Amino acid sequence: MTVQSDVRDAQAPAAREMMLIQAINEALDVALGLDDTVFQLGEDIQDPKGGGFGLHKGLSTKYGLERVRPTPISEQAIMGAAVGAAITGMRPVAEIMLMNFLSVCGDQLINHAAKLRYMSGGQTNVPLTVRTTTGAGGGFGAQHSDMLEASLVHTPGLKVVVPSTPADAKGLLLSSIFDDDPVVFVEMHHLYFAAKGPVPEGDHRVPLGQARIARPGSDVTLISWGKQVHDCLAVAENLAADGIDAEVLDVRSLVPLDLDAILGSVGRTGRAVIVHEAVRRNGFGAELAATISEDLFGQLHAPVRRVAAANTPVPYASSLEAAYLPSRPGIEKTVRDLFG
Amino acid sequence: MTTSPEATAVEGVDGDVLAGIYTTAVKIKLYDEKYRATMRAGKIGGMYYSPRGQEIIPSAISAVLAPEDYVLTIYRGVHDQIAKGVPLRTLTAEFFGRASGSCKGKGGPMHITDPSSGLIVTTGVVGSGMPIGVGVALSAHLRKSGQVTVVNFGDGASNIGAFHEALNLASVWNLPVVFVCQNNRYAEYTTLADGTSVERIADRGAAYSMRSIHVDGNDPEAMYGAARTAIDAARAGDGPTLVEAMTYRFFGHVMGDGMEYMPEEELRAAMEADPVVRMREKLLAAGHRSEAELTRVEDGLRAEIEDAFEYAMSQPMAEPEELTTDVYAEGAIR
Repeated sequence: MTVQSDVRDAQAPAAREMMLIQAINEALDVALGLDDTVFQLGEDIQDPKGGGFGLHKGLSTKYGLERVRPTPISEQAIMGAAVGAAITGMRPVAEIMLMNFLSVCGDQLINHAAKLRYMSGGQTNVPLTVRTTTGAGGGFGAQHSDMLEASLVHTPGLKVVVPSTPADAKGLLLSSIFDDDPVVFVEMHHLYFAAKGPVPEGDHRVPLGQARIARPGSDVTLISWGKQVHDCLAVAENLAADGIDAEVLDVRSLVPLDLDAILGSVGRTGRAVIVHEAVRRNGFGAELAATISEDLFGQLHAPVRRVAAANTPVPYASSLEAAYLPSRPGIEKTVRDLFG
Repeated sequence: MTTSPEATAVEGVDGDVLAGIYTTAVKIKLYDEKYRATMRAGKIGGMYYSPRGQEIIPSAISAVLAPEDYVLTIYRGVHDQIAKGVPLRTLTAEFFGRASGSCKGKGGPMHITDPSSGLIVTTGVVGSGMPIGVGVALSAHLRKSGQVTVVNFGDGASNIGAFHEALNLASVWNLPVVFVCQNNRYAEYTTLADGTSVERIADRGAAYSMRSIHVDGNDPEAMYGAARTAIDAARAGDGPTLVEAMTYRFFGHVMGDGMEYMPEEELRAAMEADPVVRMREKLLAAGHRSEAELTRVEDGLRAEIEDAFEYAMSQPMAEPEELTTDVYAEGAIR
């Protein structure tokens, strides 16, 4: 090691450029290496395939099939096994292949994982991480594409995380795995192979419940999570050309929610637009809009606005799917209207 | 592997073992009688699911289980909870919603958890305990702790999807778990024949290459033998067992239901063959215990139960401040 790199290491942890899917793999590798109680279970996660997206590649070879444990296609059994293991001393990381399939094991997730700590008066806890992926825009149709985070947030006892960058994916996943509560970790698969980013080496953690200012600005706050953070950043660049300085806030985790950061930002800018991929009706945007309006009514220069998907199932035809999703032009028009 | 053999009475079960099973069974019977009397007197309300008639099953199982083993049960589970050793004072306080209850009054009768006695989950959702029991057994396997997991459920639960997923996975993974179907012939208000496609639920084990036992759950010797076979196999690393223990529920689905769907003759015959009363007679006939010895045991249990009810009644209700604790490790989160 040269003297120069020693100096660099002292200033910031070493980082490598990687895609989000690699960052998730690395987080799982770090967690399995750190703690014997961590194990994974899910459909097809074993080598050589390493999962539907190849996300787990190498892990079962390195840690063995006891700890990287393939399951049959049995979502209720996967979630139940994870819950049972979690309340008796393990830290399971369960993969439910697609977010829509959470509905298949909803009883185990909603009636048990979320509630066992409370119902036992705090005697047991459920340090379970449920990883799942989803996202419209790939032509998968209505049963493989839904963003269902609002229904999860509506169940007290669950934590809900949606990363947008490779570094956050690693840091938030490690925090989720070592959190003592059940966390649903939502990966938007369009981000798996999107632009690479620097990811710190080793046991890099990003605390749950801290929003990230992805772009500072002073005229309007765009609040988002997951893939739409990148849409907001692109729109902010267009707006800047016309003198509208947009702040982009990446919420990162919906529960716990960094309300201080949200209210602080909107308090400064006086305008808020919430952007999410889930359908508009009863989306998490509605909750945020209501909270911002209640807390900051006197300081707002304009009504809080939402940009979200249409209130329909996710359609198949690419023309319809494009119309379904919140679009960059749609976000931009909504923001410009606030200044009209 | 044999499928669905009939378990028969084990000859020569030790007299002290049988007396221990009786003590647990009569404790459950007396507790249930006290509970129903207290309800009838209008001193407590709420939901109560009487286990009367099903006492022998968990009593025989607990004679084989070690204290550190795990048991899961369902809303009709007070017999399983008592048999596993959940302390009567805190159990009763939890039934009454008191602050000093097993779960601080937050769980209630359908959600009893008492890790110190190994009663790890009670679920109010029919059939949900089976996948969780698989996970508890998986955890014991991964931790190499040697603990066995027993999951109790009713005949109705064998018709939900989770039953089939759980048995399949337990078999694929060869886990130390015993699935105990307490077949009391009624799924809420529906008869076994009306809701279940097989005559013997134990036959379903064959679909998962699982050791299966069909047993008279009201016969202490037979039930002890079935428990011994299943639990010893789990402990030895020989994988899961499905036990179908035949029994009969003396009361309706929930206290206060009219029981119109339970034929009177069937019910009368079952009550006349009360398994706890029969066991007492057999213990005396075999000379394992004297009348005076059994009376002394029963009087002691009555006193313990009276104490538990008095204790629970005297305890304060859970404080409103407790509403928002234990939602997350941090309490509640906005």
